[in-house]
Amino acid sequence: MAESTIRLNVTRYRPELDRVPRTQSYDIPYREDWVVLDALNHIKDQIDGTLSYRWSCRMGVCGSCGMMVNGVPKLTCASFLRDYYPREIQVEPLVNFPIIRDLVIDMSDFMDKLKSVKPWIIRKEEKPVSQGEYRQTPAELDTYKQFTQCINCMLCYAACPVYGLEPEFLGPAAIALGYRYNMDSRDQGRDQRQGILMSHDAIWQCTFVGECSLVCPKDVDPAAAIQRTKVDTTKEWFQSLLLPWGQK
Amino acid sequence: MSAVQPDKSKLYHRQVPATWWLKKSTYFLFMLRELSSLFIALFLVLYLVQLYQLTDGPQAYVAFAHKLSSPGWLLFHLVVLLFALYHSFTWFQSTAVILVLRIGDRVIPREIVTALNIGAWGLISLVILVLFLALKG
Repeated sequence: MAESTIRLNVTRYRPELDRVPRTQSYDIPYREDWVVLDALNHIKDQIDGTLSYRWSCRMGVCGSCGMMVNGVPKLTCASFLRDYYPREIQVEPLVNFPIIRDLVIDMSDFMDKLKSVKPWIIRKEEKPVSQGEYRQTPAELDTYKQFTQCINCMLCYAACPVYGLEPEFLGPAAIALGYRYNMDSRDQGRDQRQGILMSHDAIWQCTFVGECSLVCPKDVDPAAAIQRTKVDTTKEWFQSLLLPWGQK
Repeated sequence: MSAVQPDKSKLYHRQVPATWWLKKSTYFLFMLRELSSLFIALFLVLYLVQLYQLTDGPQAYVAFAHKLSSPGWLLFHLVVLLFALYHSFTWFQSTAVILVLRIGDRVIPREIVTALNIGAWGLISLVILVLFLALKG
């Protein structure tokens, strides 16, 4: 019996050869337990070694294999061929980012934005190790735990039409991570992040399309983080207006 | 140590097509939500014009109200009503995303927060309608 196959239509862009990206089709064996990343690895290993793409852990943790699969931002290590078979699968680099080569996008804009929100715990004064750890109750952990799950896969940026249209927008993941550290009871760096988060190019650019939360493979819900930051900053602004003497 | 930067001159930049909002149902519904504000604004302008007629006396107001009972205006109001309902529904959905309500340690699911909001909205609307009909009668 002839082996079942499935066709992958993959974006190719080799700047030394191509002026614009093009699509190349590959017919590969269909395996029910293969994910799209397995299919790309098969192409790379058996058919065309020139294909370039990023991947690492193959288990939905590293966040490096994000691509557009039939027009939807997905982790290719978590997208099973059986969910598409027998239809053809279109694999493209994440939209809203420049293409470096084939399926590899330039993520430097995201990395700069991520760094700008200082996604780490800031203390006004570090206590010595001898005084022990910074303790936290389960309820305090619960306020931000969901937002710690972000793996920086950038699917939310590919899903966000605001980022596509207004590239200066700080974007879903960076704001969600800023919110995550602002909500952490051990952190004291809120004042350092607020300037970025409250700026014109951050929370107020978001029109709450909500697609970022829908595509997030880790259920981080960046849209909720952005809207809650809007409410928090608005409350703070009113408080500073009505109770200026109540400022910290 | 600084990260290796790609050659910017060789990057390929894709443009967002003007029809991006037609590519996914969620994008389309978002645009409908945004568009609903326009219809609600148009209704409010019309309502202000209607109120302004009172400055010319009750007869001018009644005459204007009569004009609004034509099929075209009725259709306009029906469209506005549908958009207003959709806008309100999405508003309550959004509220549930922002509001984190708890009973003890447990977070109340968003669907319940939305349903409670919509229930309260329906109840208040019903009270207003009953009061309106009672006062009119």
